Amino acid sequence: MPPLSVWMVRVALLHLGIGFTFGALMLFDKAAPTHPDIWRLWPLHIELTLIGWTVQLAMGVAFWIMPRFARLPNRYGRRTTLAWAAFALLNAGVLAVCAGNWWPSLADLTLAGRIAELSAVILFIIHLWPRIKPPGA
Amino acid sequence: MPTLARWYIKAGLVYFVLALIAGVLVQARTVVDLPTWVATLRPVYVHLLAVGWITQLIIGVGYWMFPKFSRENPRGSEQLAWATFILLNVGLALRVISEPRVSIRAEPDLSWMLALSAVLQLIAGWLFVINTWARIKER
Ligand code: HEM
Ligand code: HEM
Repeated sequence: MPPLSVWMVRVALLHLGIGFTFGALMLFDKAAPTHPDIWRLWPLHIELTLIGWTVQLAMGVAFWIMPRFARLPNRYGRRTTLAWAAFALLNAGVLAVCAGNWWPSLADLTLAGRIAELSAVILFIIHLWPRIKPPGA
Repeated sequence: MPTLARWYIKAGLVYFVLALIAGVLVQARTVVDLPTWVATLRPVYVHLLAVGWITQLIIGVGYWMFPKFSRENPRGSEQLAWATFILLNVGLALRVISEPRVSIRAEPDLSWMLALSAVLQLIAGWLFVINTWARIKER
């Protein structure tokens, strides 16, 4: 597994652990009320599980197993910098959306975070596009 | 494909069908009369998809294809992996049974089951993270 995939999948695992924890806190609270602030975790839970975990895991695995280029100096293609940038932007985005939803004073971060996530996905697609190809091409 | 990977993937497929049935039920309320608890199926629907299907499929395929932990123990601890499978599935099933009833405050009260479900899924999630961590590596 290439280093970028190791980073993506490991960070995705952390998002899963934290996302599950926030989900479990809310579910427990549904059964036995604990603290009124627990339900403010709702948007953070969704962000961490859907984007931090599912999307990032898919990106990490795609970078690892999609066809490579036997003839290029870098077998993962010419545009690997874009994939690294996607990794940084995606996680900055998830953190920004979480912070923006949790701290009212930081609410503006939510929009910045969503833009970062969008940019991350676009950069990653630009990296991946030429790798979706027949064998040997 | 190892036995446990097959269990994960097949359980995931079953949850996928259950999720879509729940999704149809939630939507069917707009055209036919259904009991009130059907209206509370939304979180059950979302998690049958997100946990039962998507996350479980990822765990199953990962268990099978992620880099090997070591020659003697290619998939890390098999006991931990089985424990994860059982805790996750029992936890999710308990949620499906109890959450709609707790939402409409039905008697007998199943809050204890919902709380237990939260704890079981929480443990399952972290067991999976711990047991998978060392397999995510370059060689
Ligand atoms: C331990 C595992 C999990 C637990 C205990 C959990 C618990 C919860 C709870 C209590 C809610 C609020 C439900 C409500 O509005 O009444 C919620 C919402 C949500 N969760 Fe989870 N969750 C878990 C895992 C996941 C995962 C892995 C995903 C996605 C990959 C996910 C996606 C969502 C989404 C999208 C919502 C919003 C639901 C809606 O729109 O109604 N959850 N979760
Ligand atoms: C036959 C296929 C499907 C049907 C009939 C269906 C039906 C529905 C319905 C009726 C809702 C709205 C629930 C409500 O009104 O409260 C919904 C929401 C949702 N569905 Fe599906 N769905 C299907 C497939 C999928 C798939 C494949 C996914 C993802 C992998 C998915 C993800 C979601 C999510 C995340 C929501 C919550 C959206 C939100 O929070 O606004 N659905 N679905």
